[in-house]
Amino acid sequence: MEKKYWKGVDELHNDAEFVRLKNNEFFEHIPIDEVISKKADEGLTPRRDFLKFLGFSVAAASLAACEAPIRKTIPYLIRPEQITPGIANYYASTYADGYDYASIVVKTREGRPIKIEGNTLSSVSKGKINARVQASVLSLYDNARLHGPMMNNNETSWASIDKAITEKLTAIAAKGGKIRILSSTVISPSTLKVISEFTQKYPTTKHIQYDSISCAAMIQANKDSFGVEGIPSYMFNKANTIVGFDCDFLLNWISPVEYSSQYAETRKLNNGRKEMSRHYQFESALSVTGSNSDVRTGIKPSQQLSYIISLHNAIASKAGMKSAGSSSVQSPVIDKLATELWANRGKALVVCGINFIPAQKIVNGINSMLDSYGNTIDLNNTCNLRKGNDIDLVALSDEMQINEVAALFIYNCNPVYSLPHGEIFAKAIKKIELSVSFADRSDETASLCNFICPDHHPLESWSDAEPKKGFYSLGQPTIAPLFNTRQMQESLLSWAGNKTTYHDYMEANWKNICSDVTWEKLLQNGVYEKPSSASLEKQISKADLSLISEGEKINADMELVVYEKAGLGNGMQANNPWLQELPDPISKITWDNYLAVSPRDAREKGWQQGNIVNVKTSQGSLKVPILIQPGQTPGTVSIAIGYGRTAAGKTADNIGVNAFVLIGMFKNSMLAYSSPVEIQKTVDDDYKFAATQSHHTMMGRAIVKETTLNKYIKKPNSGNKEELIEVKVGKNISKQPVEKVTLWDEHELGNHHWGMSIDLNSCIGCGACVVACTAENNVPVVGKNEVMRSREMHWMRIDRYYTSDFDPKEGESGDIKKMEDPSDMPKVVFQPVMCQHCNHAPCETVCPVIATSHSSEGLNQMVYNRCVGTRYCANNCPYKVRRFNWFRYSDNPKFDFNINNDLGKMVLNPDVVVRSRGVMEKCTMCVQRLQEGKLNAKKAGRTVKEGEINTACAQTCPTNAITFGDYNLSGSMLNQLWKPEERSYHLLGELNVQPNVFYLTKVRNVEEEKEA
Amino acid sequence: MSGNHEAVVRDPLILGKKSYHQITEDICRPVEGKANKYWWASFLIAFTAMLWGMTCLAYTIGNGIGSWGANKTVGWAWDITNFVWWIGIGHAGTLISAILLLFRQRWRMSINRSAEAMTIFAVICAGLFPLFHTGRPWLDYWMLPLPNQFGSLWVNFNSPLLWDVFAISTYFSVSLVFWYLGLLPDLATVRDRCINPTKRFIYGILSFGWKGTARDWHRFEEVSLVLAGLSAPLVLSVHTIVSFDFATSIVPGWHTTIFPPYFVAGAIFSGFAMVLTLMIVARKVLGLEEYISIQHIELMNKVIILTGSIVGIAYITEFFMAWYSGVQYESYAFMNRAFGPYWWAYWSMMTCNVITPQLFWIRKIRTSVMATFIISIFVNIGMWFERFVIIVTSLHRDYLPSSWVMYSPTYIEVGIFIGTIGLFFTCFLIFSRVFPVIALAELKTIIKKAGNQYKKKGI
Repeated sequence: MEKKYWKGVDELHNDAEFVRLKNNEFFEHIPIDEVISKKADEGLTPRRDFLKFLGFSVAAASLAACEAPIRKTIPYLIRPEQITPGIANYYASTYADGYDYASIVVKTREGRPIKIEGNTLSSVSKGKINARVQASVLSLYDNARLHGPMMNNNETSWASIDKAITEKLTAIAAKGGKIRILSSTVISPSTLKVISEFTQKYPTTKHIQYDSISCAAMIQANKDSFGVEGIPSYMFNKANTIVGFDCDFLLNWISPVEYSSQYAETRKLNNGRKEMSRHYQFESALSVTGSNSDVRTGIKPSQQLSYIISLHNAIASKAGMKSAGSSSVQSPVIDKLATELWANRGKALVVCGINFIPAQKIVNGINSMLDSYGNTIDLNNTCNLRKGNDIDLVALSDEMQINEVAALFIYNCNPVYSLPHGEIFAKAIKKIELSVSFADRSDETASLCNFICPDHHPLESWSDAEPKKGFYSLGQPTIAPLFNTRQMQESLLSWAGNKTTYHDYMEANWKNICSDVTWEKLLQNGVYEKPSSASLEKQISKADLSLISEGEKINADMELVVYEKAGLGNGMQANNPWLQELPDPISKITWDNYLAVSPRDAREKGWQQGNIVNVKTSQGSLKVPILIQPGQTPGTVSIAIGYGRTAAGKTADNIGVNAFVLIGMFKNSMLAYSSPVEIQKTVDDDYKFAATQSHHTMMGRAIVKETTLNKYIKKPNSGNKEELIEVKVGKNISKQPVEKVTLWDEHELGNHHWGMSIDLNSCIGCGACVVACTAENNVPVVGKNEVMRSREMHWMRIDRYYTSDFDPKEGESGDIKKMEDPSDMPKVVFQPVMCQHCNHAPCETVCPVIATSHSSEGLNQMVYNRCVGTRYCANNCPYKVRRFNWFRYSDNPKFDFNINNDLGKMVLNPDVVVRSRGVMEKCTMCVQRLQEGKLNAKKAGRTVKEGEINTACAQTCPTNAITFGDYNLSGSMLNQLWKPEERSYHLLGELNVQPNVFYLTKVRNVEEEKEA
Repeated sequence: MSGNHEAVVRDPLILGKKSYHQITEDICRPVEGKANKYWWASFLIAFTAMLWGMTCLAYTIGNGIGSWGANKTVGWAWDITNFVWWIGIGHAGTLISAILLLFRQRWRMSINRSAEAMTIFAVICAGLFPLFHTGRPWLDYWMLPLPNQFGSLWVNFNSPLLWDVFAISTYFSVSLVFWYLGLLPDLATVRDRCINPTKRFIYGILSFGWKGTARDWHRFEEVSLVLAGLSAPLVLSVHTIVSFDFATSIVPGWHTTIFPPYFVAGAIFSGFAMVLTLMIVARKVLGLEEYISIQHIELMNKVIILTGSIVGIAYITEFFMAWYSGVQYESYAFMNRAFGPYWWAYWSMMTCNVITPQLFWIRKIRTSVMATFIISIFVNIGMWFERFVIIVTSLHRDYLPSSWVMYSPTYIEVGIFIGTIGLFFTCFLIFSRVFPVIALAELKTIIKKAGNQYKKKGI
């Protein structure tokens, strides 16, 4: 029989009441009917129910309030091949915007480029890139970019724009009207082919290239001297004596990354090397190159030629050669330099950045006498990075004045902004029948054109480049075009009637250039190098120099030079907030340009820093604030170009002033200086600059330790006094190194002990590392006002110190007030400072909530989530490297930079969190890279290899000044550099905080007598 | 000469030959009567200032600490300056009620109640700064060693900031209990005199059912002594620990072993100055001149000379040590204080704290109400500058000259400081209308009713 179970005694008995109740699911009466019939609304809510409702609604409301905002993550339905979420893909590509060039490797995450790294396969840029190329990834995500083609400032479609332009072109060609393509230097062989194809279709076309800072005189001089029309390749690494005339070759001149890495080779003293180059610099403004030189001489622009002639003649007399015209300059520096250069024949290099043919010819003569050609200069593999022709530009300008130009195509340049007389060009452009700009934004020039056919960003484009003859670099897109843009080459091809895509066109063209490597392999490597097989040739200058004389003596009281800054350069990328916030290497000022005047002139003329002056040259005038700049040659003033944009986008517009208006042409050469210049103080204004460093001397402290080469050779640790502490044990008193005397226990270390070495002898202060760090670690941009309040967020900074006339001798204490004043012509040192990752970190002990702690790998780590923001750690940090999130810098309209909009946020590195308001942050030694490297090694079942992991700063450093490594790896580069008895030292070592970062002393190749 | 030795008859501490009843009447008057227009005017000003401060505080919480003037180098400025200043002011109360009780200084009875109230209000004002100076004040509770589920994260017992949390919370709670305990018999007096039943009820609850029996009194005395014993070390410890915030760091100008005694002396110095400032006004406004007489003022002025001189010696010692140590950072920090860009702050401090109190050596100044009032204000200002000098001028130029910056406050942080002053006075003004401002019951123990007044004064 089936067993019968019952739920309770009630069920067993099954009395009537129970049966009735059993049918009701709820014991109490539920007023459903009343609710439905709305009777309940009329009736009284019982007190208990009211409380229940109240409780429920409060709970529900507060629960609803607790819910985080919903952000949708959409998974791939069909995962694209090669994309694994969380794993980065790297593509070799090329960055070339007509100003900067680099062979790059683009890091993409989930299909979007987030970081640019150097392509180590390139023997031109050697895996290194400068600040502007680093920052260019952010220019990709610029909101000011056009979203599609524009016709007469109205949006339109490509089809209609093609139709309109082709019709007009055909009409113009039929009439024989002049068609002109104005561009910056084009180094892409395929683009040049496209232009020539376009020229074939429209034979009245002429391609004119121009550079905002021109090197045309040099090209012309080389043609006159050697019959080679081009810029030679320099080999600074083979030079013992390097001379620069107004030429910032470490920061901006032609191919700065290539030159600075070569230059650094001659300045390294690793592995017991006991020799280094000696660098003489003659210049007006204090440049980065000048700051790194051993002997720097301040000259006025009007003296340049005289100095060069004087040097030429001094060498010529030694060489028994014919001297050039006479020079009025008699300088002991020149005599000494001539002797030294002559002694170093074949190992000497003289470079000159002056765009003046006679000067360049004489420099050619000097180099020729010194046997530089074939040794330190290579004229076979010419450099293509500057091909601008000033004469063509003048001709175009004249044609436009008389309305002869029927069609003008403007590519990669902004003449209305960057030509000396932009307003004249602007007027002329409006009269042109067909004016087309390929600009990515409606900039100063493009906004005046009939058509804007926005070009892709380099990271969206197919491209190739030939920066140097025989050295090629290829570029592939790393993201689908963000907007409805089209490559300039494709536009030209389609107007020329060729319907192939540029990709196919380029591939076909490359079949001609190279046959030994497959197309896929080419793209994968990103570079293809086939240097000229011709051996280095010795070249003798054929130019007659005797006729060149210094010319009329200009007796100008004041002369002006323009220069390019590390961040903005010629202003192409002015709308890039990373570059605007990058401090100038010398003045440490962000978000501004200014008129740099020498301290002596300021004293004599009664100028104060921040006074607004009216600067007037023969070309134009400007109102600009004054900055008193030590190292500026008395009698000269300088101002940076690249600022004062008016149509670049909201970040750049109205920041600084446009200094292009102050310069002009002289004898068909675009000069980077102007003389004479009138300076009139307008108001005693107190203009405030946003500087990241407001104090400029070391105050007699051993912060940057330095010595001279001779002293170093005699004693490797000269200038690097070890910090000793007197210790008394029992009755014995001894002096011990500070590291030996400690109250603290050592941290236990695991498999790794990360560390970093910074060679102060190779750091040139260029700032590439700062931008690399910003890009890698999602460092927010805070803007001019916040920088003014000393709240920049950069995790690493480059301190720059000047020497003072009042620096105390060892053991003395100087006058604390006077030590604050730098010398008028100081020596300069650069020192990159980031978190030193102290093993006895002062920050770690004071945090009340253990938000900053020590890792088992020697890192000082910052736990953002745990931080409550007392800022005690920052106060107690002797290096002041901790940065506090004073505000919320993301999604905050008050900080309207890249992380305030969805487009700009695409650049964020997903491996690094965006810090919230109120927490401390600082250098992590790129801990995300360390983790990734360790995981890769673990997956492969091995240990991490030397060089496998690198920090963003060390990776990009053009001079390899920063070396990252593992102390636990015996024989690692880091351990080799850490030789306590030699140049290595800890910053503020006497505090015994035991940093994992150490510095190598700076060694100057100067003669001792000069020191005294 | 007579062989009889009899103690010198001292001047009575309370003038006017008061009877017990008169004392009750005098001291309960402000509590029972209506407020005059001066009270209302001061209350309005103080309350407005407080509201303004709250607005500024709300703005700060809404926008971030960036609305203050601090920067990458100067991480603490007005916030911690104000914190230390207020904590210092809060020191007089406990000193008067605890240490002077243990030393049987009976003159303290006229001032201890207000001084203790002042302590509590000052500590409240002080506490606001560490609470709200953090970047994420809503997470301040992480600084308490609470059991938690964040992977059982604990606090850092090495951090002086944590010691601060303990020191201040202990100090606040002990001071509050001590103060309230003293209030019990007086609240009972007010209760017994109340006509209004509501008031009577409220005071009845506040007085914890005090009956005035011998047992009540016995327990009262015992607990007072125990609490006095407990709080006496607190007087020394709280500011010692506050000084550890600086002394245990490595910032030149902070890292000094002299800080604990120097801070404690400074705290008592500023506390007494604030008591004087307040009491000189209160005695006038509340008509308590006979209870808080020139004698009291003079005695407090003597404490000010002593502590002021200690502070002065500390300043000079610091300077000497900076030079004697031979540490260039340390000696620069001190030279920079005196001759750097913030020289005006340093010399304001020196003038107000070292020079002006020395005027009290002159009896005429020491016994002048007006002079005392002015000097007490000077001391208050000087002590604020002392903290500003220690915090800002040490931080703004420390080790690496590349990071040297200037600091200037924003109107927001000035507003918050003004707000705390408003809060302090608002509390004090309410206190003066709600509680007896002088310890009534205690005071009655020192009235000479034995006919001493008929004795010849002196020998």
